[in-house]
Order: sequence, then C-alpha cells, then structure tokens
Amino acid sequence: MTGFSTDCRIVYSEELRDGVHALTFEAVGLTPAQPGQFVHIKCGGGDTTRVLRRPISVADYFEGDAANNVPPEITVVFEVRGDGTQWLAERREDNTLDVLGALGHGFEVPTDGQILLVGGGLGVAPLMYVANANPLRCNAILGFRTAELILLSGEFDRLCRRVVIATDDGSYGERGTVAEPVRAALKSEQYAAVFACGPRPMLRSVAAIAAELNVPCQVSLEERMACGVGACLGCAVETKNGIRRVCRDGPVFDAQEVVW
Amino acid sequence: MTINNEQLTINNSGDASLSVSFCGLVFKNPVVAASGTFGFGREYGEYYDLSELGGISVKGLTLLPRNGNPSPRVAETPSGMLNAVGLQNPGVDAFIADELPTLRRYDTRIIANISGNTAEEYGIMAAKLSDAAVDLIEVNVSCPNVKAGGMQFGTSPALVAEVTREVRRNARVPVMVKLSPNVSDIAEIAVAAVDAGADALSLINTLLGMRIDIKTRRPILANVTGGLSGAAILPVAVRCVYQVARAVNVPILGMGGVCDGDDAVELMLAGASLVGVGTASFTDPFAPIKVRDGIEKYLNGNGFTLPSDITGKLDA
Ligand SMILES: Cc1cc2nc3c(=O)[nH]c(=O)nc-3n(C[C@H](O)[C@H](O)[C@H](O)COP(=O)(O)OP(=O)(O)OC[C@H]3O[C@@H](n4cnc5c(N)ncnc54)[C@H](O)[C@@H]3O)c2cc1C
Ligand SMILES: Cc1cc2nc3c(=O)[nH]c(=O)nc-3n(C[C@H](O)[C@H](O)[C@H](O)COP(=O)(O)O)c2cc1C
Ligand code: FES
Repeated sequence: MTGFSTDCRIVYSEELRDGVHALTFEAVGLTPAQPGQFVHIKCGGGDTTRVLRRPISVADYFEGDAANNVPPEITVVFEVRGDGTQWLAERREDNTLDVLGALGHGFEVPTDGQILLVGGGLGVAPLMYVANANPLRCNAILGFRTAELILLSGEFDRLCRRVVIATDDGSYGERGTVAEPVRAALKSEQYAAVFACGPRPMLRSVAAIAAELNVPCQVSLEERMACGVGACLGCAVETKNGIRRVCRDGPVFDAQEVVW
Repeated sequence: MTINNEQLTINNSGDASLSVSFCGLVFKNPVVAASGTFGFGREYGEYYDLSELGGISVKGLTLLPRNGNPSPRVAETPSGMLNAVGLQNPGVDAFIADELPTLRRYDTRIIANISGNTAEEYGIMAAKLSDAAVDLIEVNVSCPNVKAGGMQFGTSPALVAEVTREVRRNARVPVMVKLSPNVSDIAEIAVAAVDAGADALSLINTLLGMRIDIKTRRPILANVTGGLSGAAILPVAVRCVYQVARAVNVPILGMGGVCDGDDAVELMLAGASLVGVGTASFTDPFAPIKVRDGIEKYLNGNGFTLPSDITGKLDA
C-alpha cells in the first residue's frame, strides 16, 4: 500500500547554512524511497489554514533493519521560502511530521557505467541520494550563485569520484554556469547517464549539451502541486508524450521527452 | 423535500444505517468524492478500498480530449486553494473504454461529471454515458458557452434550462445539475434546472478567485484566475445549499469546504442528502472516510438513525 504517516519522528535537524536546513525523520509506514522521489509534507501541525502539502525531494534514505527494530529514515534538505518551509525549519528532534510518500517516478539508474550528476542550488539535494545509492559510480558538477551558497559539497566529495564546483561570480571553483564543466566532462569521459536537478534554464542547457554529445539525460522538474499523488492534474507539464503530471509521471523525466 | 426511504437496503459491505436514497439510487453512505479532485479513482484507490465511499464523481469529461491550461494550475490560499486545471481529460469515449471498467469493480456509485461547449455536446455525452450505464450524470454548467460568446452556462437561468433539457432528453439515468456559486441568485438558477427536468442538484462548484505573487508582480496562476475551494468556502456552500433546498424539491449533493464530519452535518442540516469531499483529500487522503465516520458519530451521538433524519432538519 501507499505510504502515509502522520507520525514520522524527527531524529536529527541541522541548519546547513543560513536558511537551509536538513531534517532526518523515521519513515515508518512510508514506502521505501528511490533516488529522485519526493515526500509531500504537511506544514503547520494543527494549523488548518495551510491546506496544501509541500513537496520536498528525498536527499537521503536509510533502509533501516526491520529484523532488529531499526526504522528506515528519510533525510530532506530544504530552503526557507515561505510560511510552510519556515514552519518546517523550526521542527526539532522528537517533533513529528505528517508525510505522504515516497512519491513519484525517480531516476532510472543504468545497470553499469558512470553517472554525471549536475545540480544547481537546492537541486543538489536529491542528487546526494543518487550518489549515496551508487557509490563510486558518480561524478558531480554543482553550480551555485556564490561561494556562500555552496551546499553539501563535503558529502559529494565523500560519495563521488570527482566533484567540480562552479559559481556564477567565480567566488569559488569555476566561474560561470555548470554548462562548460558539463560539456568538458562528457567530452573527456564515457558516461552512461546525466542526472540533472536545478533551475529550469540550467536543466535546458544541460539537456541540450547531453543531446548534442549523445549521452542519455534525465531531469527532475518542479511544479506547484496540490494532491501530489496524480489525482488533481494540478502539476501538469507539457511533454512530447502529451500533458504529464510532475508528481506521478515525474518529477524525473527523460530530457528528450520534455518540451523546453 | 422528498426523501424516499423505501428503497434503503443493506448492500454488501455498507452499513445500512448510513445509506441514503438519492433520486431512486441507493448510496451506501452519504460521502461522494468531488469531481476533479479524485481523478478516476486510481490514485486514491491505492490508499483505501474505493468501495468505502458512497460514490465517486469522476474528473470532468468533455466530448473530445482536452489538454487543459498551462501551469501553474494551483495556488494555495488561506484555508483553501485556487485551481485552473482547465478540464484536462481524455474525452468521454476514452473514459468509457479505459476508466469506467476499472471503476465498476468497486461497490460504489459512479457519477459522470460532464462539461460541454454547446448544449448539443452535453446531450451527446449524456447519451454515451447512459449507454455505458454510469449511475448518475452530473452536469457541470460552470464552463463557457462557445455559442453565447463564452458566457458561462451556469450564470443564466435560460442557458442552464437549455442544457438541462438537452441532457434530460438524451439521458436514461438520473441527471444532476451542478450549480456555480458565482451568481447573484443561486435559487433562481436551481429552479430553472429543476423546471427543465433535473432529478437532483449538486452545489457548490468553486468560487472565482485570483492571487498575485507580489515579488514578481504576476498572477500565480498561468490562467490568471481560478476556482477557490477548500475550508474557506464552507460557509458559502452552507448558505447556497440552504437557499436552494428551500426553493426546490429535488435531493441535493452538497459540497464545498468539507473537511470533517461536522462540516458535512452542517451541509446536511442546510438541506443536503449527500455530501461531496474534494480539496480535503489533498491535505489528508483519508478525508472522505473520516467524514463518513464523523457523520456516523454525529448520528449515533444525537439519537438519529439515518442520514436522511438530519437532511434539512435545520431549526430556523
Ligand atoms: C518535486 C519537488 C521537489 C522539491 N524538492 C525540494 C527540496 O529538496 N528542497 C527545497 O528546498 N525545495 C524543494 N522544492 C520546492 C519546495 O516545494 C517549495 O520551496 C515549497 O513548497 C515552498 O513552500 P512555502 O510554504 O515555504 O512557500 P510559499 O511560497 O508560502 O508556498 C505557497 C504555495 O506555493 C507552493 N510553492 C512555492 N514555491 C514552490 C516551488 N518552487 N515548487 C513547488 N511548489 C512551490 C507551495 O508548495 C505552497 O503550496 C521541491 C518542489 C518540487 C515540486
Ligand atoms: C483541482 C480541482 C479540480 C476540479 N475539477 C472539477 C471538474 O472537473 N468538474 C466539476 O464539476 N468540478 C470540479 N471541481 C470542483 C469540485 O468538484 C468541488 O465542487 C469544489 O472543489 C468544492 O468542494 P471542496 O471545497 O470540497 O473542494 C474541481 C476542484 C478542484 C480543487
Ligand atoms: S499534484 Fe495533483 S496530479 Fe500532481
């Protein structure tokens, strides 16, 4: 059956940098999370004025050990954007969360070969789980606006064979967008897939480069959501296979399928 | 108000004490999933057995497939939300071929919600859906009439009557007209629908609204405006059901903002025989089941035996 729990106990919370938080909660009653999936979190507790859940990507997943009563855990990494994420940022150990998930269609991991992870801003979060689930198969190219906004680079360093960081203003790593490092990586090494998550213009340029160099590319899209399960058609995205639902048919789509 | 209790029977999995007779059909309980919030049942059917519901009103159907509006299609509002999905659906034929057989496996009433560009389109759909033996046809009149320059059918008594007559003429199952609250006198529209042959009424559809992102100074919805639903509209729904119930003599499916059993009871006291649950499912997938259980609790706790005991039993 599909995962839903009103009672996911938070076991860890941390402010990663100003306005960006990580929360780890026990995922008892939820379906096991695949890389690229998201959870739909009710923000506000007993406050009924906020009727829509907030979609947040699974940034890491731990299966637990049912035989020894060790519960599975999901980690999310999120930025405070408005009221809902502000409430979430104030949660602490032993508070509980009302969570639906894990939901959606995640990344389809090729059976072998290297994977190039390309993340922009908060888009690096779901890629961390890909890296963790596929040790030593991933290289990462991570883009941020400035050095202060760099996120999770230590984790990627630990999980990936090679990590390139680009900042728009050149305050750390390569100057500019991820486009040139992506092109250089795909030209210099063989990759089975590119997995990208971040702002739409970044996804579009990464998809174009991957297409040009004939490397299969999957992108994680964002859209405002209501139900999160595929019932309301609130999260439509135009694709070459018709109108599809980001929450159910995505959030991860084959880049060739997306109408950019 | 005519409530026919003779036909109340115990059905397989239902609790007899919750069943409702609604224009000749027995619903095992008063709770119906509202159109457009429940797809064709597949998704929420993964969370619970759809046979637990009194009925399911499916996503609004049109004669031909429709892609709907661009995104963003939804926006949150205080205690509610706006939607401008734009009637995305696979068309009535695909519904009958691909979705109805699956829905039919459940022991629940299937309500086909239809929208048309012209009265004739409504009529054609009503005939097809009657052949396919849906239980009830729900006529959504909150859509623009192409021939009348895009004016909504639902805002004019004459247009509502025209559509209702056309559907009634073509349908061989009961016809329920779904009223829009975006009118100055909803009772007048209700009377027009009933005089034209509506067997039942459902109300309310969403209220027209709009939100603006003050950072970008743009509307949040790509469609600019959208329909307001959720808890925020409950008082409007209660008022509309109250006004309509006093003006007509057909059973009412009341909806708008129902989140729990107490909300449903309010609509029933105002005159509803059945209650729709829509937006609440987005917050809690089990909301319709909880509403059903809440109604039962209220009945038991207040010395009533049947849902019909409280329909229209407002002390005013
Ligand atoms: C599949 C998916 C995965 C996501 N993963 C992450 C993640 O890992 N980390 C992270 O920080 N953010 C993520 N987001 C964005 C996150 O959902 C929004 O930042 C959040 O919903 C904002 O809520 P709020 O109440 O703080 O903001 P408000 O602006 O007050 O929210 C109002 C409404 O708009 C919606 N909304 C606002 N911005 C967005 C947005 N960018 N995308 C979708 N809905 C939005 C909210 O859900 C809510 O319904 C993801 C979005 C999607 C669709
Ligand atoms: C996302 C969404 C889609 C809807 N689509 C339809 C539709 O196709 N046809 C229709 O008659 N009503 C549609 N409605 C209106 C609902 O059926 C219902 O009348 C309204 O939402 C009020 O109930 P609620 O507050 O419980 O959601 C839709 C509502 C929502 C939120
Ligand atoms: S959010 Fe409802 S279908 Fe995607």
